[in-house]
Amino acid sequence: MNKKDVIIIGGGPAGLAAAVELYKKGITDILILEREKKMGGILRQCIHDGFGLTRFGVTLSGPEYAKKFIDQVEELKIPYMTDATVVELTEDKVVTVATKSGLFKYQAKAVILTMGCRERTRGALGIPGERPAGVYTAGVAQAYMNLYNRMPGKEVVILGSGDIGMIMARRMTLEGAHVQAVFEIQPIPSGLPRNIQQCLNDYDIPLYLNHTVTEIHGKSRLEAVTVSQVDEKMKPIPGTEKTYKCDTLILSVGLIPENELSLDANVELDRRTKGALVDEYFQTSVDGIFAAGNVLHVHDLVDFVSMEAEKLADGAARYVKEGKLPECGISITTDANINHTVPQKISGKEDVKLSMRVRKQLIDATIVVQQGDKIVKTKKMKKAIPAEMIQIPLKASELVGMDNLEVRVEC
Amino acid sequence: MKNLYDVIVIGGGLVGSAIAREMARYQLDIAVLEKNLDVCYETSGRNSGVIHGGFAYDTGTLKAKLCVEGNKNFDQLAEELDIPFIRCGKVLVGNTEEDMESLKRTMKQGEINGARELSLIDEEELHRLVPAVVGKFAMFSKTSGVVDPFIYNIALAENAAMNGVEYFFNHEVTAIDWKGDHYEITAGNEVFKTRWVVNSAGLGCGKISDMLGITGYRVIGSKGDYIILDQRTGALLPMPVYPVPSNTYMGIHVTNTTDGNVIVGPNAEMVEDFTYYGVPQKNIDYLAEDASNLWPCINKADYIRNYSGILPKWVDENGKIQDFKIEMREDIAPQAINLVGIESPGLTAAVPIGKYVVSMMAEKEELKENPNFNPRRKGIKRFFEMTEEERKAAIEENPDYGEVICRCEKVTKAEIMEAINNPLGVSTMVGIKYRTRSMMGRCQGGYCQMRIEQMIEEKYHLEAGEVVYNRPGAYVLTGKVREEGK
Repeated sequence: MNKKDVIIIGGGPAGLAAAVELYKKGITDILILEREKKMGGILRQCIHDGFGLTRFGVTLSGPEYAKKFIDQVEELKIPYMTDATVVELTEDKVVTVATKSGLFKYQAKAVILTMGCRERTRGALGIPGERPAGVYTAGVAQAYMNLYNRMPGKEVVILGSGDIGMIMARRMTLEGAHVQAVFEIQPIPSGLPRNIQQCLNDYDIPLYLNHTVTEIHGKSRLEAVTVSQVDEKMKPIPGTEKTYKCDTLILSVGLIPENELSLDANVELDRRTKGALVDEYFQTSVDGIFAAGNVLHVHDLVDFVSMEAEKLADGAARYVKEGKLPECGISITTDANINHTVPQKISGKEDVKLSMRVRKQLIDATIVVQQGDKIVKTKKMKKAIPAEMIQIPLKASELVGMDNLEVRVEC
Repeated sequence: MKNLYDVIVIGGGLVGSAIAREMARYQLDIAVLEKNLDVCYETSGRNSGVIHGGFAYDTGTLKAKLCVEGNKNFDQLAEELDIPFIRCGKVLVGNTEEDMESLKRTMKQGEINGARELSLIDEEELHRLVPAVVGKFAMFSKTSGVVDPFIYNIALAENAAMNGVEYFFNHEVTAIDWKGDHYEITAGNEVFKTRWVVNSAGLGCGKISDMLGITGYRVIGSKGDYIILDQRTGALLPMPVYPVPSNTYMGIHVTNTTDGNVIVGPNAEMVEDFTYYGVPQKNIDYLAEDASNLWPCINKADYIRNYSGILPKWVDENGKIQDFKIEMREDIAPQAINLVGIESPGLTAAVPIGKYVVSMMAEKEELKENPNFNPRRKGIKRFFEMTEEERKAAIEENPDYGEVICRCEKVTKAEIMEAINNPLGVSTMVGIKYRTRSMMGRCQGGYCQMRIEQMIEEKYHLEAGEVVYNRPGAYVLTGKVREEGK
């Protein structure tokens, strides 16, 4: 069996950043496995700009952002395979990959999971009604348009105010489609404020909060959708139904980390993030298997994905060199206002950055990180929204002993 | 199209295709007229996929007889036609004394019907068979099983076509005229001449029967909704779990599929509209709630999709559900075999129904065996099911086996190409889905549908916007974003 120090599964923003950073740390026996024809992951179809402001200080399109990392991979001659789908991953870090030139097996010292995420579908949501053609997730519509030059439809309704949905509202409008409205079941938008402004408001596309699609009509192609207002429990209110004639329904209703391979390798997942439970080294419950990026938890900005993967490279490089990583015995718990933190466990011996999201919109809130009786850190926020990831750095010197940490909100 | 067919079969579902295949064993020119763009778009593809034991039907009925026969011979059929089939058994689970009485009656009826290997089992045995189930005792039907209904129908049709049967899709029959010694059948703006006609039109059986002049059948639809769960749930359900049945309705059950998914359903609603397949929210919620009493492993996070199917039930003037009707009415319609109300267990009984129809025809004229008939058909080799060694060999032989197109179901380009080149010439997205399982997984084609759409465009020389999802007008796209070069 072939041996590798590190196998990286997925050549998107997380995988590429991890590879480059590992290489810089002296780990050069790396192999990136990418199932698509080219590296770059989902960035390849994100032709809009707005990427890179945090990481590079300039605004780039998705392909441009990806190219910055791909160029480094090429320059450093980091080995990669495209058109290579990992079909099996074991707890012992044996990776089986299918390619046109054969089925290959590798024994890796460390495996880095950077598979990204998938979109929630109509079926997962259980939207009632008929099943005509013309109902697409935003990412599928984006791929048809930006990678295949194919127009998904002309008369459009969008369900869900996720970022990709809003970006597709603008994209389809620019290509001559008529986007009637965006409907969001929750009382607040799920995407970023900048996208509401630049993708909806600037094009006079209305956004209706507390609304959802309650029926899909059409035997062949989509003909109409019925939309209803919902109550505070998100149940449709009878009598509020309105029918919109359309040939296309775009869904932007959430992303799910793609952890099928992780589960095959017995990696333990966090029910809240649907990604792996990790420590501050981004090591999962399986020794030597690491995860970062959207496979770990869904990020708002790709910049944070790259930075997280770069941080992961510290731990993975140390693991390869030393064969193990320090024990992370401090667990991090959250209150009802905080959905989750990543990592979920830390050692207490090193500086870390906690990433988290709030469950609902909070005004004039203070996020408190507490260990035992000691308040380790507080972060005051005028407004905290679920759409934005919050990061709080913690210094090892601020921690006392090995008590667990609690992250909570004071309003 | 031939000048004159010996037999035209109306409807290419499981039953129509099984009839056509049984007829192809004889020297006959046969055509199948199918109104949809592929087989199994209606009742044949919209069901629980269960091969029944034959205990649930009144003794002496065709339903009982043909179901028992179909069950008995299914291993051979599955082997000949390369159909995914698991004889996993099934349990009918009860809790009360009344349930026990009912199960005893069902078992007795089954034994008289000829259903094999039925037994009453206690709670301990039940939990040994299905650890996650809730119930105090059960009737275990060891010979029940599950089948992939799509491949089953496709395999029958492909094997019929291999043996000379012509399939005409998008050919809805609109008129049937008896011309003294043959029929003229109008379908899809064409006129077909045939000596014999078989009505196996499923949900359209009443309409076709009327066209033959055999009027008076009352056919109602029983619509059932289903939820499909993620493949990871399959490990918790080794066999279908049913409640104690009533005489006419099997109750909401949970069924494992041959691919390891779980399906939950169906409810049963009487409907007049045989074309509406929408699933209402309240039914989705009800199915999950009801079935959780039997099998408490249903989580919303595992929902992949929902669907519904409609069973054509022949009822009398009081609304009582009748047996299968398979008849010749020479006084009204000579050289016609009329099938009405072929509902459950039609999936199990399809081939016996085919043989029964052929035997009726054979009573009227001598049928000469077709010496070239080949009962065997090979399906598409699935990468997903291969061992590591088989995968290596498959890629070596055809590198397209190394290109995974559908990640959830691990379907490779080789399989999709083979499906696109299918012997029936089907070019819909759903046609590829049913043949390969691509787009059936948890991402529902999020990753692969674009590639498959492109492959169909290329193979069938279609313009952007001409590929359809399942039926005419169900176009996937509206055209190009921009013309090349602009």
